[in-house]
Amino acid sequence: MYGLIAAEAAIFTIFVVAYLFYVGKSLVGPLPNEVLHAPVFLTICLLSSSLTIHRAVAALRRARMRTFELWWAFTIALGAVFLGGTAREWHHLIYDQGLTVRTNLFGTSYYSLVGLHAFHVTVGLLGLLTVLLLGLGGRVGQEHTERLDVLSLYWHFVDAVWIVVFTVVYVIGR
Amino acid sequence: MAALAALLSPTAPSGASATQPLSPTSIFAPVSTPADSIFELSLFVLAVTAAIFVTVFGLLLYAVVRFRRKTNDDGTEPPQVYGSYEVELAWTIIPVLIVVALFLATARMIASTQHPAKPRNALDVVVIGHQYWWEYRYPAFDVVTANELHVPVSDAADPAPTFLTLLSADTDHSFWVPRLAGKTDLIPNHPNSMWIDPHETGLYLGQCAQYCGTQHAKMLLRVYVDSREDFDRWIEAQRRPAQADGAVARGRDVFETTACVNCHAVAGTAAGGRFGPDLTHFMSRDTIAAGAAANTPENLRLWIRNPDTLKPGSLMPAMNLSDADVNAVADYLESLR
Amino acid sequence: MTTASIPWMQSDVARRPLVERLHDWVTTVDHKRLGILYVVYALVLLVVAGIEAAIMRIQLMAPHNDFVSPQVFNRMFTMHGTTMIFFVAMPLVFGFANYLVPLMIGARDMAFPRLNAFSFWLTAFGGVLLHFSFLGGSGLYGAGTAPDVGWFAYAPLTAKTFSPGHSTDYWTLALLVSGFGSIGTAINILTTILCLRCPGMTLGRMPLFAWLSLTMAGLVILAVSPLSAAQMMLLVDRYLGGHFFDTQAGGSAVIWMHFFWVFGHPEVYVLVIPAFAVVSEIIPVFSRKPIFGYPVMVAATVCIGFISMSVWAHHMFTVGMSPAANGFFVLSTMAIAVPTGIKIFNWLATMWGGTIQFRTPMLFCTGFLFQFLIGGLTGVMLACAPFDWQLGGSYFLVAHFHYVIVGAILFALFGGFYYWFPKVSGRMCSETLGKLHFWLFLIGFHLTFDCMHVPGILGMPRRIYTYEPGRGWDAWNLWVTIGVVFQGLGTLVFVGNLVWSYFEGDRAGSDPWDAWTLEWSTESPPPVYNFAALPVVRSRRPLWDLKHPEDPDWKYEQ
Repeated sequence: MYGLIAAEAAIFTIFVVAYLFYVGKSLVGPLPNEVLHAPVFLTICLLSSSLTIHRAVAALRRARMRTFELWWAFTIALGAVFLGGTAREWHHLIYDQGLTVRTNLFGTSYYSLVGLHAFHVTVGLLGLLTVLLLGLGGRVGQEHTERLDVLSLYWHFVDAVWIVVFTVVYVIGR
Repeated sequence: MAALAALLSPTAPSGASATQPLSPTSIFAPVSTPADSIFELSLFVLAVTAAIFVTVFGLLLYAVVRFRRKTNDDGTEPPQVYGSYEVELAWTIIPVLIVVALFLATARMIASTQHPAKPRNALDVVVIGHQYWWEYRYPAFDVVTANELHVPVSDAADPAPTFLTLLSADTDHSFWVPRLAGKTDLIPNHPNSMWIDPHETGLYLGQCAQYCGTQHAKMLLRVYVDSREDFDRWIEAQRRPAQADGAVARGRDVFETTACVNCHAVAGTAAGGRFGPDLTHFMSRDTIAAGAAANTPENLRLWIRNPDTLKPGSLMPAMNLSDADVNAVADYLESLR
Repeated sequence: MTTASIPWMQSDVARRPLVERLHDWVTTVDHKRLGILYVVYALVLLVVAGIEAAIMRIQLMAPHNDFVSPQVFNRMFTMHGTTMIFFVAMPLVFGFANYLVPLMIGARDMAFPRLNAFSFWLTAFGGVLLHFSFLGGSGLYGAGTAPDVGWFAYAPLTAKTFSPGHSTDYWTLALLVSGFGSIGTAINILTTILCLRCPGMTLGRMPLFAWLSLTMAGLVILAVSPLSAAQMMLLVDRYLGGHFFDTQAGGSAVIWMHFFWVFGHPEVYVLVIPAFAVVSEIIPVFSRKPIFGYPVMVAATVCIGFISMSVWAHHMFTVGMSPAANGFFVLSTMAIAVPTGIKIFNWLATMWGGTIQFRTPMLFCTGFLFQFLIGGLTGVMLACAPFDWQLGGSYFLVAHFHYVIVGAILFALFGGFYYWFPKVSGRMCSETLGKLHFWLFLIGFHLTFDCMHVPGILGMPRRIYTYEPGRGWDAWNLWVTIGVVFQGLGTLVFVGNLVWSYFEGDRAGSDPWDAWTLEWSTESPPPVYNFAALPVVRSRRPLWDLKHPEDPDWKYEQ
């Protein structure tokens, strides 16, 4: 998993570098400072989901199944809110501001970077959801702690990447 | 390696170079700065690498011969040696020192080549790479030409180097005339520059050195280093608009009423296209199709009829002109002196 | 330590119908079978890419030759380069690592056998996709086109404007797919080495092959990922109308070069480090001495791995970087020569004082040493930026990297083939044919690639489908092409030797070379489970300890 994370980190690095390289290089608008608003609420959601997944796995380690399921479901809810928020933001950008991948360099690099992250959130959510369904079916037990540790590692990674993406897109990029 | 260098360049950099080099594009026959300073640096690098080569090659050869299993070998194992940190240290430090020496020599050369002071007499030329031909603009003289670059020879007492601004209209290209300078790429959205300071007149050849598409191979470079007088005369001629010659009116008419004018410009006429080479002084050039063929009446007609015969994949389309029209257009072009 | 054979299993497999046996191969998750699949796949594509090279050389035999059109020539060099790097060299090194790493560290399989199979099939699919472009490049309407953008596909040549149709899409998708396969395999190798070593096998006692594979896997993870990211951006450009590399909308061509070479240069070490690994196993065995300076060899390898991540822009000395950037990349590139030199000296010291047996594997490794020395020294010349302004992008450069890839990497891997063939097949390779292969290939190699340096010095750029007479290039190019004939013959002898020896070769027994690492402790070919009882080791040469109980290695090792 650390290997996969190293590989993923390298991929994100390249996208981040491309984003930074193209900041301010767009030939036509709309530009980031005209259309982007920092999604503080969504960020809080995603980051706190790191905490909840940690609590969930900790509960599983002590074989408290109900607590585990509760925290686990909460993690999924937070992730889903984040993803929904991203979707809303994109809808706004595309239909109200007219910014698409084709519009300018900002559009290309913005949708690619944020989209790549959103894709990872989606994959993570699917994984979490699978575990939840198995858990509700009673198929998840204490012996799976190690595997869920790996999944939660991935989730932490996705959150950590968001911190970078947030900084790059909403702080530096504007 | 140094011997090889000598073999490949009968013309020493300092000596009188009346003899022709082995190849008109040899990097070891420089006639201009920075090619000659690169040549000097390369001799140093070649000497160092040759010394390393001889030493290590000799040791390897000795080991291979001396320690091969003899026919009377009794099959016992040789002494088992596991390593020695002293020896390792020795063959770490020596290469480090060599690397430092090479790096310092290289860094000095980079610094002196990449940011030179621009003398008063310097000539500015803008080079624009197009898919499979070169456009040259002399902003100070308002001259536009193609494929054959003319620059004045430079005198050590009063240097008149040429500074090239390198742009690209489409894909990546690279400007490489080995006897004048190393190559520099022409990249869209990324203006580059280089300079040459030739100290001998003559025609110097080269070609595009960065793959740029189908006809990358026939994007040839011709740089004419002229004496000061020749160069001034050439510039004067290039500054004049095209000559009007009543005898070729029909050809001009065909030229200006077909698609030719969408791509080609002839100064002083209605033809103002920018996509292909400027033809105002077409007959002042020795070659057509970016050096792919000599500028002869036969080649010119062949080229107008079907460019693919000379340069398959060239972006100039076959115009499907009648034989009479081809001849008329060719006659018109041949009047553009 | 040696395992008893279980004969009924083998004969049972042999008696089953062909379809079932093929089905076994397709669905296998056994690291040995996957290793063989990688290698066989790579050999097939080696021949394909070799034919592509031969077509280019026939075209360049004489000036103004018109054996093929410029369009076909451009496709040939693109396909040759892409295939050789991604679908020959990479699968070969993965195949060797896949087969040997678990055996050498005393494991029963890779850490993730199913991921292993998945990765192989991704890589295989990538190669098929790339070559399918010959048929499907422009859809099914006209004759197909393979990509013609060069193996590093510089922007903006890959933009829709300059590369309409689908040929470039095939190129980028093939590399993306096989790239995921490579990352998967690398993660697998990394995990296997870190987690599955047998009792007593500390990191400091692993065979050098395992150490070098570990470094290689780390490099793959850090190098192939940027390439995959760049391919994704190119796909965004080509399919969604993005502008990453679209210079007409303000995009940058230079950033593609950076992204590509951030992958491209470590990639060289991804390929050459396994070659080092093979050589580091063969030279000691045939010199009858342990590797000289094991800890230093490991340190030098890891050092190469790290430095190789910071040298990429030496491919870009001609794109107009600042003097400071040029200086930095000159220094880092030259710095990498130091650990590389250390390795050469250590191999030399291993041979020094030994009794060297020149069997076929050792012959190839000796060829490797001499040729890698030359390839390394021309590398130092190219690292010197001003010299590179002349030599970069010329045939000198082409000769240099072929010296490294063919003269060093391929020679070492040929040595590896002859060395481990008895283990894989249970049969010895023919020494006569092996030596014939070596000498034919050596002559062909030197004719081709020694002569190729000269036209570069005389100003011949790469990737031109034809050239002007009168530039002093003609004779050299003819010699280059003649060399190809010898290399082709050598390859034929090689393939013939493999096939003949597989059926007719002498029985090898478990340890034909009197070697010292764990793979020689199990029978040939190894059973599915590798070792009946997991071995326990006390030194870097467990079999030496076994054969010389009076003088075991663990008493002396540094």
